[in-house]
Amino acid sequence: MTFEYAPALESRAIVSIAPSYGLFINGEFVDPTSGKMFKTINPATEEVLAEISEANQSDVNAAVNSARRAYDRIWSVMSGRDRAKYLFRIARLLQERAREFAVLETLDNGKPIRESRDIDVPLAAAHFFYYAGWADKLEYAGLGPNPAPLGVAGQIIPWNFPLLMLAWKLAPALACGNTVVLKPAETTSLTALLFAEICQQADLPPGVVNILTGAGDTGRRIVEHDGINKIAFTGSTEVGKSIQRALAGTNKKLTLELGGKAANIIFDDAPIDQAVEGIVDGIFFNQGHVCCAGSRLLLQESIAEETIEALKLRLQTLRLGDPLDKNTDIGAINSREQLDKIEELIKAGDAEGAERWTAPCELPKQGWWCAPTIFTNVTQAHRIAREEIFGPVLSVLTFRTPDEAVEKANNTPFGLSAGIWSEKGSRILWMANQLRAGVIWANTFNRFDPTSPFGGYKESGFGREGGIQGLSAYLQSANEGDDQARGTS
Amino acid sequence: MQTVAEPLTTTGALREFLHALPGVDEVGATARAAALSTRSIKNEAKAWAIDLAIRMVDLTTLEGMDTPAKVRAMCAKALRPDPTDPTVPSVAAVCVYGDMAAIARASVGSALHVAAVATAFPSGRASQEVKLHDVRDAVAAGADEIDMVIDRGAFLAGNYGLVNEQIVGVKAACGTAHLKVILETGELRTLDNVRRASWLAMMAGADFIKTSTGKVPVAATPPVTIVMLQAVRDYYALTGTRIGVKPAGGIRTSKDAIKYLVLIKETAGEAWLTPDLFRFGASTLLNDLLLQRQRMATGHYSGPDYVTID
Amino acid sequence: MNDRVEVRKTYKLFIGGAFPRSESGRTYEVHDTDDKFLANAAKASRKDGRDAVLAARKGFAAWSSATAYNRGQVLYRVAEVMEGRRDQFITDVQAAEGLGDKKSARVVDSAIDRLVWYAGWADKYAQVLGNTNPVAGPYFNFTIPEPTGVVAAVAPQDSSLLGLVSVIAPTVVTGNALIVIASTKCPIPAITLTEVLATADVPAGVINVLTGDPAEIAPWLASHGDVNAIDLTGVTSQDLAKQLEIEAAGTVKRVRRPAQPNWLTTPDLGRLASFVETKTVWHPIGA
Repeated sequence: MTFEYAPALESRAIVSIAPSYGLFINGEFVDPTSGKMFKTINPATEEVLAEISEANQSDVNAAVNSARRAYDRIWSVMSGRDRAKYLFRIARLLQERAREFAVLETLDNGKPIRESRDIDVPLAAAHFFYYAGWADKLEYAGLGPNPAPLGVAGQIIPWNFPLLMLAWKLAPALACGNTVVLKPAETTSLTALLFAEICQQADLPPGVVNILTGAGDTGRRIVEHDGINKIAFTGSTEVGKSIQRALAGTNKKLTLELGGKAANIIFDDAPIDQAVEGIVDGIFFNQGHVCCAGSRLLLQESIAEETIEALKLRLQTLRLGDPLDKNTDIGAINSREQLDKIEELIKAGDAEGAERWTAPCELPKQGWWCAPTIFTNVTQAHRIAREEIFGPVLSVLTFRTPDEAVEKANNTPFGLSAGIWSEKGSRILWMANQLRAGVIWANTFNRFDPTSPFGGYKESGFGREGGIQGLSAYLQSANEGDDQARGTS
Repeated sequence: MQTVAEPLTTTGALREFLHALPGVDEVGATARAAALSTRSIKNEAKAWAIDLAIRMVDLTTLEGMDTPAKVRAMCAKALRPDPTDPTVPSVAAVCVYGDMAAIARASVGSALHVAAVATAFPSGRASQEVKLHDVRDAVAAGADEIDMVIDRGAFLAGNYGLVNEQIVGVKAACGTAHLKVILETGELRTLDNVRRASWLAMMAGADFIKTSTGKVPVAATPPVTIVMLQAVRDYYALTGTRIGVKPAGGIRTSKDAIKYLVLIKETAGEAWLTPDLFRFGASTLLNDLLLQRQRMATGHYSGPDYVTID
Repeated sequence: MNDRVEVRKTYKLFIGGAFPRSESGRTYEVHDTDDKFLANAAKASRKDGRDAVLAARKGFAAWSSATAYNRGQVLYRVAEVMEGRRDQFITDVQAAEGLGDKKSARVVDSAIDRLVWYAGWADKYAQVLGNTNPVAGPYFNFTIPEPTGVVAAVAPQDSSLLGLVSVIAPTVVTGNALIVIASTKCPIPAITLTEVLATADVPAGVINVLTGDPAEIAPWLASHGDVNAIDLTGVTSQDLAKQLEIEAAGTVKRVRRPAQPNWLTTPDLGRLASFVETKTVWHPIGA
């Protein structure tokens, strides 16, 4: 007999999902003026969870006006100390309702409850805690005395970490005294809408946070709105570029956190068991829906074969299935559209002659799923080595020397993150120095912390989220306009 | 991974081999153990795991105040852990000091293994001659499993040849008895040392590698056990021989025990989920397993009055 | 009265440490503020821009891996050599900007002092912009600024020397390599500066100076795949600025928008921080 884990389902009774949701403008839920609704779906079951409002131009106008009023009359003139207290309240409320957020995130996004419970929600609360403390200390942010907020920030966030990305965006913006119009991704709006309730429970002044649901068109209207002073976007490089173009010639500031194709580099003196865990964390965390995913595995030739064998053995213990099961490691792919994209790139990998291995796991009949997949014999020229797949698909390449590893790792338009595994300190520091990426994980991977700045080089975007550096995305020095007219960065 | 063509016996050759093993990153190993400890084992899986854990217990008493009566009482419990429920399996073995081996053997007959700690347990500070005598004595008294300690001083001083020689000698003295080699990981301190000591012991002839004596402050921990499970997994891949693992000390609750079963399943693999290849060195753990078993059988929480004390 | 016939200079571009003419063979006339003919300056083409990017990428490799101490010394050396040519710069600036003796001297002195100020930042800005981060876990985590790469800049049109130096210094002191398009109507102080750069131990390709029309050259630099950032400080046309920003988006370049600051005031760290990337490194702490 074998040790089969019985289903250990997290109860979904803790969340109550309304049949439909309005837009959160000026502290209240209001119906969209268009009357248009779209469905949000549980990707693990294809069950419709709720109907979500689609914000149109007049809704965007209302939200921006509400944010402007709140900015002028309340939030920008409130003392930092008091803003801090609101943010601390939000952090506490998130902790109090953590389980509810975790279950809702898992239902709407498809990610395993283990991750939403242990990573997304606690980190979201931690971000509010961290930036709450900054609100009354902004003269230490590095922009000189009396730094000023920017005004109304439009924030557009992706579907891979819905609540966490909301926290990354809102916490520093609010701490610095900006007000916000935030748009969650159209497939994952529910935790943002639950967060609106948190704003109400915290008695956050109306208009400080406005949440508009909708798709790309809603996002575009926020980007183009004249009343917006700053855009912060996390998402695809393609959309990031279009936003940068749209803001050309305006005074709006911009920060972008875009795609990646990180190299995870394993040297022959690596702590190999931990490296294997790092490879797994790197590419299979959150179904690979991670912009900083270690999607290119670079193995030193002398250990390539044994590492791949060890990795395959390890992948056989990964548990794919019901995201609400506490033992699930790999959840559902967030949308049909994303699954199509992943499958298209897997086909390209096959067609280009890479060797595919798929973890032996049974895929549920309902919902959207992709088994952990490894491609070996991949070269730099293959599409699967260049394009962001944003799924549980790993491309394995090899190298012989540290210089070759650096050259291959940097040979991409992206530059978000990279991993280095070696027991040799001087080599790690040399590699960390050579790699053109904003976040370097040495002997670890995919670690996040509110005190640690995150963001990319090159086409992975500009600006940082997290840490003291995250503040300058939402502040300007007192003499800005003298020689501080920093445009997009 | 290197291959072991010839038995390595000299300090130089052993050093070359052991120091070429991949390092262990402590933070990563600890994080992996913590991640696995979040596995949620429920219902029939839990019932199955509890019975397996009972069957894996080396029920242990290693006290200066041990008496024949105490050992006999423990043996009775080992044979039939829950007198009210005949479906409860026996434990794997009883574990005693050498001078109690004969009493233990008389009490359990051939139904259970009798493990005796030997080789100047727990410190190992005696001459090899004394240690070998200790082993022969216990085997003669009926022990079919010998739990020896390595010379941690020699190991930490890098005298791998000596440690190897001592294990090889003890193994020979064991005859047909199974040899468990206690690494005393709490004194080795680093996980790199745990990995090296595991390999040293396996190559010298250990049938089991065991974490601890239970006599130093730090006993078995999940990260240490993970590293040892990785060692037996890799040793099997290299040689085709499966070596057992025995965490001992500090495992007191059913929840802990089940975490260890998860570690086995997801590190070494299902093949190690047998008392032949995995043991818990424990005393109070058994009662907690019984309480949990009763709760699952009756649907309500049991109390300490409903399990026997040793 | 000196009746000697002076030897006049041929004004050229400065690319990769050399002084080529424009590959296009074109020049344009430069006049002083009284419209008196001063010189024929090289009119750089898109191909000169392309050559400058190649040179800058080579220069970047060496310059970005030089020690901060070394970069500081080189910049300070530029100030030293400028000081020796102080009179020439004063004459150049006077002709270019139509300033009186005193004002012209003040501008030149400020430019030299500005270089000294930025030279001193070379081994300090990382201590101010970088930090260690107290993450909630057993990890050592630190953040350091690194140069963005190859930067293309349009120098201020009016402040032909001080503005130029104020654009160049913060960008290169952090380890970037630069292609700068000098003020179109008064390029001569910039050209004199290239002669200083060529003799002040600045490695080839680190600073490349083009003269000509930004509207012609800059779009090629803004869309160039091997340029990492653009500094539009001296762009005076809103349409051109917008166009360049749109071109820059094609490879997500960092953009500094047009500005007309008072160059005489001591700057803050804003420019210096504009063309650095923030790198954060994690490593476990374990025995």
